Formats: sequence, C-alpha cells, structure tokens
Amino acid sequence: MKILVCISNVPDTTTRIKFVENKLDTTGIQWVINPWDELSLTRALELKDNNPGQVEAVTVAHVGPASAEPTIRKALAIGADSAIRINAEPHDAYFVAAQLAEVIKSEQFDIIMCGIESSDFNGSTVGSMIAEFLQYPSVSAVSNISIENGDVIITREIDGGKEILSLPLPFVAIVQKGIAKEPGIAAMRGIMMARSKPIKVVEPTDVEPLTDVVSYEMPPEKEACRFIDADKPGELIDILQNEEKII
Amino acid sequence: MSVLVYTENWEGKFKKLSYELVSYASGIAKMLDSSVTALSIGDVDDAELKSLGSYGASKILSLKNEHLRMLDSQAYTVVIGDIAKKLDARVIVLSNNNTGKALAPRLSVKLGAGIGSGVSKLPSSTDPFTVYKRVYSGNAFANVVIKSDIKIITLAQNSFEIVGTVNSAEIEHIGYDLEAGLIKTEVRDIHKQTGQLLLTDAEIVVSGGRGMKSPDNWGPLVELAGLLGGATACSRPVSDEGWRPHEEHTGQTGKIIAPNLYIAVGISGATQHIAGVSSSKCIVAINTDKDAPIFETARYGIVGDAMKVLPGLIEAVKSATTD
Ligand SMILES: Cc1cc2nc3c(=O)[nH]c(=O)nc-3n(C[C@H](O)[C@H](O)[C@H](O)COP(=O)(O)OP(=O)(O)OC[C@H]3O[C@@H](n4cnc5c(N)ncnc54)[C@H](O)[C@@H]3O)c2cc1C
Ligand SMILES: Nc1ncnc2c1ncn2[C@@H]1O[C@H](COP(=O)(O)O)[C@@H](O)[C@H]1O
Repeated sequence: MKILVCISNVPDTTTRIKFVENKLDTTGIQWVINPWDELSLTRALELKDNNPGQVEAVTVAHVGPASAEPTIRKALAIGADSAIRINAEPHDAYFVAAQLAEVIKSEQFDIIMCGIESSDFNGSTVGSMIAEFLQYPSVSAVSNISIENGDVIITREIDGGKEILSLPLPFVAIVQKGIAKEPGIAAMRGIMMARSKPIKVVEPTDVEPLTDVVSYEMPPEKEACRFIDADKPGELIDILQNEEKII
Repeated sequence: MSVLVYTENWEGKFKKLSYELVSYASGIAKMLDSSVTALSIGDVDDAELKSLGSYGASKILSLKNEHLRMLDSQAYTVVIGDIAKKLDARVIVLSNNNTGKALAPRLSVKLGAGIGSGVSKLPSSTDPFTVYKRVYSGNAFANVVIKSDIKIITLAQNSFEIVGTVNSAEIEHIGYDLEAGLIKTEVRDIHKQTGQLLLTDAEIVVSGGRGMKSPDNWGPLVELAGLLGGATACSRPVSDEGWRPHEEHTGQTGKIIAPNLYIAVGISGATQHIAGVSSSKCIVAINTDKDAPIFETARYGIVGDAMKVLPGLIEAVKSATTD
C-alpha cells in the first residue's frame, strides 16, 4: 500500500496578515506545513510503522514554486520517504487538484490524504476535487484511519456522532480533528536523513483555473471592547437582552 | 436556467441553515432574474418540504432513494450533477458544513464549475460573478471572481439573514436510477447521540479555557449555557487535557462556529482559537487579565475571576427571565 499526503505551504498561524498591492506581504513570514497536513502525515507514518509490510511508503506532494522546498524538507525530516513538487504557482483549488490528480494517475497511490482546509485559502476543496478528477471514492471529515485484518477502516465525523466505514482502495480521505494527537517532530536524525531523500520535480499540465482572487480586504474594524464592572453582571445581561437582543 | 440549492435534512427535518441557504439562493436568483429550485434527498414529508417555499424556493424536488440513506460523496455527486444539468442550473448553492464540503468540490469538477467556498455575502456583482469569502482563517477576506459558466457556492453558516416571502412552491417527487456498484462506501457501525444541541447549531455558546483552572470547575459554566439555551465549548488545551470532550474544541484545528453570542471564559484569545469563533455575531470575554488578547476581539468584557463572575451572571439571567 502506498500513501500520498498532499501538503500545503502556509504562513505560520500566528502571522499578522497584511497585503501590499493586493498580494500577501511575505516579509518576515515563517512558512509551515498546513497544520492538518502535518497531522495527516503523522497518521500516515503511524500506519506505516504499525503495519510493517502493508504500508510500503509515504510520499508527500506539493503544488508550488521552489521557494516551498524548506516546507517539503520538513515533511521529509518528519519521516516521509519521498516528495513530489509540481512546479507551479497554486492558482486556485481546481488547478491544484488537477495537478495532483495527474501525478496520482501516473504514480498510483492507494490512500490519498488531504486536510479539511488550508489555513491560507480556507477552501476545503482540494481533496474532494482530486477524488472527482480520478473518479475515486472520497470520505470527508475523517477523524481516524486504521488497518484491521488488511482492511482499511475509516471513522467519519457526523453531526452528533461518528460512522465507521470501510471502502475499497484507492480512495481520498479528507482529514480533520482526531486524525493524530500531536504533529510528528523532526528529530536530528530525521533532519540529516531528509537531506538525501529525493524531491521529484514535475512540470505542471495545462489547466485553466476557474477562479481568480481579485482583491483582499481586512476584516471590518472592531469597535473597542466595552468593559462592564465585574460586580455588575446584571448590566451585561441587560445589554445582551435589550440592546443586542440575542438572549 | 435556475439557481439550485441543495437542502440537506436531518431525520426528515430542515434546520435554520437550510432556510438560510434558500434565502441566499433566492437573493442570487433575484440578481439573475431567475428562480430557485430546492433539491431534497431523503425522507422528508410534504409539509416540511413546503416550508422551503416560504423562503423563496419556487420549485422543490424531492428524491427518496434507499441507496442514498448514507452520504456517499461519489453517488450524491452523480445525482446532484445530473439534476443540475437537467435544470440548466447556473448557480448551485450548498452549505459550508461537512456535507457541502464533501459534495461541492466534486460537483465543481464534474460540471467544470468554479467554486466560492465559505462565502458570507451575496455576490457584489454577477458579471463578473464576484463572491466574498473568508481567507487566512478569518484574518482577511477575498473577493473571488468565478469565471466558469456554472458557479458553485458554499455558504458560511449563520452569515445570511433568513428572509421570509409569500411563495407557494410546487413540490415534484422525482426518481433516480442509480448505477449498480456506484456506492463503494460501506457503513460498519454508527455511534450517534440524538436529542442533544449540536455545537455547530447553537446560537449561544459558553466556552471555557485554561483559566477555568480545573475540570471540577465547569458546573457554573454548564449551568449558564443551559439557562441561555446554548451549548458549551472549550479551547484546545482544555480538550487536550481531557477536562472536556473533544467535540467541544473550537478553533482552527477544532470546530469553526458562528453563533449569535459567544461567551469566552478564561480563554486568552490566541489567534488559533479566534480563527474558529471570529464569525460570531457578538463575543463576550471574561478574564482576570485586562490585557488578554481576547479583549481585542470581544465586544463586551468583564475583568474578573470566572469563579466569581459566572455565579453572578447566572443570578442575573435568572432574575432577568423571571421579570
Ligand atoms: C497549529 C496550532 C493550532 C492550534 N489550534 C487551536 C485551536 O483550534 N483552538 C484553540 O483553542 N487553541 C489552538 N491552539 C492553541 C493556542 O495557541 C493556545 O495555546 C490556546 O488557545 C490557549 O488556550 P486557553 O486560552 O484556554 O489557555 P491560556 O492561553 O493559558 O489562557 C488562559 C486565560 O485564562 C485567564 N485566566 C486565568 N485565571 C482565570 C480566572 N480565574 N478567571 C478568568 N480568567 C482566568 C488568563 O488570564 C488567560 O488569559 C493551536 C496552536 C497551534 C500551534
Ligand atoms: N498547493 C497545494 N499542494 C498540495 N496540496 C494542497 C495544496 N493546496 C491544498 N492542498 C491540500 O488540500 C487540502 C485542503 O486545501 P484547501 O482546499 O485549499 O482548503 C490541504 O490540507 C492539502 O492537503
């Protein structure tokens, strides 16, 4: 079994987002693996470790320019066996998914893992798009993947509970909370080994994006917080009831 | 030509979000001089189906098919995609909930339709078709032009006012012959709690952080949530420590919610936490530290000890509701 983890390269979650001329101001930004993808990778590596002989390799794939290579190296340092970088600016989700689908078609993976959303575009779209391009089944809101007696078992979160599902390979799993507890860490040994692991660079296929971001806006200005005396909780309740009319 | 809205049901009933979707779809239909067709898949009775008409749907398609009891993304995409083609739907609207996230992207590829996801306003223009969506986890918004002929939108929950209209919708029961072998997912087991207010549905949420100090201190917080008819939530460290169940974890790596009122108790307001709650209509913060970042996001704040402020609030709610 071969697992592919799709990783997105995003600004660290504490970054103060600013724009210059309608583009993200990248000065001083620390780039990281999208948190969900880091957890996906962690789970994929656990599956490999816990099922020797069944999971042969874990590969990561990224659509992005060469400047994303430190993020890819980080994934290799955490433990991915190899990496593929599709050498193109990630225009939109449709473009990115089409590129990934193309690579998956030629390399044949059994489980494809994507995160529920990237912390930059917040699209929640790439994973399911890949599945439709390839006509693979997909399961969204996956909180666990395990291998039991050779079968791949998936837990899907539903409103107020969970479903335990099984499905044939290959498929796409779109993962969310629960998939792994803590992201795997890159130990010294991993960092050393990552240097010699291969990053295959693939040129993109011709795909026309379906959307364009035309401008960015900052969130509407917040009014300053109105403080209420801790000894007068009734005042707050009165405001919520009679001014805000929300309770 | 029409605007198609997929209205999911929960055990045969629609929710507020279903009516938000229909209201939104009818807003778009007005802009396009078109009409709204709602699609329901599952066992929903006619009275319930009719309710969609009161928010602007002029036609309601109801499909009951036992093979579609469980959400199979691939099969649902085939069915909704075919119906969209038959109707010559120009815009397809779904919720930005788990179901919408599972289906909209597949439909996008099937129909070659660009997608605007997590949209929170009507398009600012229909030519070019420009939608407004949350990006950078709520730290910014983007205006996105969808260039394809068909457009797909997933609507952020609680972002659009429900608009009632007088409209008598026509219900049409339709069938669909599913290709054998299309459904590949097999359900082995289901664990489900029913009758509980879901965090993502709650209009009022009372949430606790590490400032609650101990899992034994949650009594008053739960009581306040109950009195307000709301749900409880927590920050990530709280669920990581096992003080509260994982389902309550809100934030970038937990649930993303948008209630009318979010009361953050003993939560510092880290960006990753705010990312999950910033779309709330009104945020109230209770914190001992007057410089806690949560007060930058909150509309109302109380600087004080949670263990003293919560009982005070409980009393105040009790006396306000008995007046
Ligand atoms: C990749 C990543 C993803 C993350 N995702 C999430 C996420 O989804 N959700 C999330 O919540 N966090 C997330 N975090 C963690 C986040 O950075 C913060 O560490 C976390 O939100 C802090 O939780 P807290 O506010 O409960 O605790 P603290 O930061 O410890 O804050 C406790 C607050 O309580 C106040 N306090 C103390 N005593 C009292 C009292 N008696 N009465 C009232 N107030 C009191 C303190 O002044 C303080 O402000 C993530 C972190 C990373 C790196
Ligand atoms: N440029 C990219 N390269 C590889 N995978 C990506 C890229 N962008 C998004 N993904 C994957 O798709 C998931 C969802 O992203 P999005 O649809 O942008 O919210 C991410 O968690 C990744 O797994």
